[in-house]
Amino acid sequence: MSTVILLTLTGLGLAALYFLVASGLSLVFGLADVLNFAHGLFLGVGAYATWWAAGNLPGAGADGLGFVVAVVFGVLAGSAVAVLVELVLIRPLYSRTIEQVLVTVGLSLAGVALLQATWGADARPFPRPGWTRDVTSVLGAQVPNAGLLLIVAAAVVLGALLAFLRFTRYGLIIRAGVENREMVTALGIDVRKAFTLVFAIGGAAAALAGALGSVYFGTVSPGQGGSLLIFAFIVVVIGGMGSVVGSAYAAVAVGLLQQFVNYYGTSGLGDLCVVGLLAVVLLLRPQGLAGKVAHA
Amino acid sequence: MTEVKSPEVPAPPAAVPDELTPGHARWHGLRPYAPLAALVVAAILPYSTVNLPGIFEGPLNSPGTLQLLAICLVFGGLAAGYDLLFGRTGMLSFGHALYFAAGVYGTDVLVTRAGLPLWQAALLTVTGGTILAALLGAVALRTVGIAFAMVTLAFAQVGAILVARDFGGLTGGEEGLPLDVSGLPAALVGVTNTVNLYWLALAYLALVVLVVHRVSGSPTGRVLAGLRDDERRIGVLGLDPYRFKLVAFTLAGGLATAGGVVYCLIVGGASPHVTSSELTLSLLVMVVLGGPGTRWGPVLGGILYMYLDHRLTAFGTSDAVNNLPAFLSHPLSQPLFVLGTVFILAVYFFPGGLASLRTRLTPLTTALRRR
Amino acid sequence: MTEPVLSVENLSVRIAGLHILQGVSFEVAPTGVTVLLGRNGVGKTTTLRAIVGLTPRNGEVRGTVRMGAQSLLARPTHRLVRDGLGYVPEDRCVFAALTVTENLRLAERRGTTPAYDKVYALFPELDRRGRQRAGSLSGGQQQMLAIGRVLLNDNRLLLVDEPTKGLAPKVVTEVAEVLERVAESVPVLLVEQNLAVVRRLAKDAVVLSAGRVAWTGDAQDLLLETALTKSLLGVGSEVPVSARSEPGLRAPQSRTKGGSA
Ligand SMILES: Nc1ncnc2c1ncn2[C@@H]1O[C@H](COP(=O)(O)OP(=O)(O)OP(=O)(O)O)[C@@H](O)[C@H]1O
Ligand SMILES: [Mg+2]
Repeated sequence: MSTVILLTLTGLGLAALYFLVASGLSLVFGLADVLNFAHGLFLGVGAYATWWAAGNLPGAGADGLGFVVAVVFGVLAGSAVAVLVELVLIRPLYSRTIEQVLVTVGLSLAGVALLQATWGADARPFPRPGWTRDVTSVLGAQVPNAGLLLIVAAAVVLGALLAFLRFTRYGLIIRAGVENREMVTALGIDVRKAFTLVFAIGGAAAALAGALGSVYFGTVSPGQGGSLLIFAFIVVVIGGMGSVVGSAYAAVAVGLLQQFVNYYGTSGLGDLCVVGLLAVVLLLRPQGLAGKVAHA
Repeated sequence: MTEVKSPEVPAPPAAVPDELTPGHARWHGLRPYAPLAALVVAAILPYSTVNLPGIFEGPLNSPGTLQLLAICLVFGGLAAGYDLLFGRTGMLSFGHALYFAAGVYGTDVLVTRAGLPLWQAALLTVTGGTILAALLGAVALRTVGIAFAMVTLAFAQVGAILVARDFGGLTGGEEGLPLDVSGLPAALVGVTNTVNLYWLALAYLALVVLVVHRVSGSPTGRVLAGLRDDERRIGVLGLDPYRFKLVAFTLAGGLATAGGVVYCLIVGGASPHVTSSELTLSLLVMVVLGGPGTRWGPVLGGILYMYLDHRLTAFGTSDAVNNLPAFLSHPLSQPLFVLGTVFILAVYFFPGGLASLRTRLTPLTTALRRR
Repeated sequence: MTEPVLSVENLSVRIAGLHILQGVSFEVAPTGVTVLLGRNGVGKTTTLRAIVGLTPRNGEVRGTVRMGAQSLLARPTHRLVRDGLGYVPEDRCVFAALTVTENLRLAERRGTTPAYDKVYALFPELDRRGRQRAGSLSGGQQQMLAIGRVLLNDNRLLLVDEPTKGLAPKVVTEVAEVLERVAESVPVLLVEQNLAVVRRLAKDAVVLSAGRVAWTGDAQDLLLETALTKSLLGVGSEVPVSARSEPGLRAPQSRTKGGSA
């Protein structure tokens, strides 16, 4: 029993990580039609900025409030890079989908190489508060606190995103734009401002995933975003592009499936099952679980 | 980058359609033979002992140089095959590395683990890779556009996982799997025989170029081009886009597998790097840098990319770079940083890639010639 | 002679290599309804979309379009709309996943008071169904919503594309009534296939054929000439096109009122 609980919670931790990356990807894709390969870079920037801040930024540190400051700094850095990417590289290619994908591909290659050039290719130990290394007993299972932290963070982000989409004017514009971008402009709204905004949000969420994921793994390395990104893509497709709620469901499905099969089957089999799940979903529902609709 | 006038690439003049360079009837008559001439030059290249300091480390016929050239040629072919999907049919696949990796690992596993003779292993591998492409293509092509890109990416990821997790101890996991050369034909083994591998790679490149050229000139190729330009119109003609795309996908997959077989022989084994999504992304970079949908662009792009990828590593550790301030020297020592940046700039400023460079320069050259 | 509110000159649109419009010129009078007619697929929607700047990316637009003194073609859609060009697209295009209220709220603009009174007076149904998702509205209700959200703001000109398409006869009449009232205060460029609606609303008519303007003039005159409507629109009596009406087709601009080029 306690194994099942442990697997469920670690699976949810993984799901949380996927969700943080996928929600931004999904919104960016749903609204702006940009398949953002550079999203993993935002994650890397968040992780390294947090790592850097913990060691160098006055007021920040590896523990307590200092750690919060470091993470906030990392999130802001990831968000800033995302906004910069949108304004400088993506916007001039507005509505030229393929070129945009190509640019983000180039950016993902160059960006990771730049991280590597600056901080080396090897994984570095990540500063983290002592309590994240401990475990908490949940119904008899010894669950790592870092995993719980991820779950809580993802739940908060999910709630905040939904509230934002539901109750604010920009949330309304984003939901409408995911459905029909052209009609939004035909109502007199400059939809490109909303593009920048979803990049900012997506970048922030990915950076948070980078920071908290590094806490979870205990290390930070330049290539971290890459493999996570592929599973995040899968989550986005399964969940339906443009749907935050769909991403959340899909992330949970993928995280749990992966964790359980990897444990009870051979290690690695879970990853394969995830791709199998993707194939099945695509064959049955090409538009994904939730279709191209941003749910509030 | 302009220094790369390596002798194996005199082909591009032939890539330019006739109408682009008016006049010069003599040259016109010879033009169709230019690719052939290039092939001959490339074929006799290993007999040259010329030293090109800065461009290659040893003389042209040294094993190191020949191996680098062979790798470049394989990737030239691989990029040309990938262009059948991207440049000529408009399919954005992010999983092409999978079929290449299938070729590399298929050959390696069949030879090293199963002890098959090379020709059997190669035949089985290419057949298997082609079937794999047909099967996965059949599923993936139910989606279009960006979803297709993501699905192919996910399938390729399966390959990466299978190799990395080393199911059944076949692939050697992270370590890779060195090729067991004891059963191979003697002509393909050993440093002194690198030249044979070079010729093999050249043959592979020639084969791919021939196949891609033939296909794109055929009625099927015109349908593929139609699909790229406007899929609806093909549907209106009563043709089934799905089938044509599947044919292109399968063919490109088969060609990539064959490339994997050759690559496996050249580098003498398999390493998990060939399964990485990064490799597919670099294929895309090669094609875009070279000029998608052109005959020689992707070939050139592939050759140049691989060359730079190898040489930039050396360049990055050279004194010229090390003496620069850190904020410059560190990024410059990363080939992928340089290539990624060049790629982004190319997307913005040279949408047609290298192949369009000549078109752009034509006014200049004609002006010069008139003087 | 009053100035036209919109003048289209030599408008050409190419999409994916197809010449859909080949030099279309016409004007929209500053009052009343100008109707844009033509057979299916002739390019009426393409014309309206080119005017509001919504031609797809693989399309190419040439010519000039002016609203008052202002040239429209180079400006982004959202600016044109904010400057008073209201667009009600074909097939309504309401945001199906949003509620009626949210659909309306989207059209609100900073610095102006949205005319909810006016809209709810025209369409009481929208008030009652505020919390319903727009996707679950009937076709007629969706059309009301599509018109209503444009009327929240002041407009200098409305472009309305086939508002009665696929609606029941009773609802068609309702929509026509609404448009009649709207047109009392704002000029309307209307694409409409239903000739009864055209008869009721239209003052001027522009007929497209084969990518060009085939006829412009008084709408009621057009409707009287069955041979002409038959040949241009494919509706009306079964009488074959007589040789007599041919010159009218050959010299499309001959009946144009006003002095457009
Ligand atoms: N995006 C596009 N790509 C290719 N062809 C297009 C595109 N949009 C429109 N067309 C073509 O342009 C022509 C005109 O289309 P349009 O929608 O403007 O006609 P319409 O007059 O509004 O017809 P209807 O009365 O049926 O609404 C049609 O033949 C259509 O197929
Ligand atoms: Mg229409």
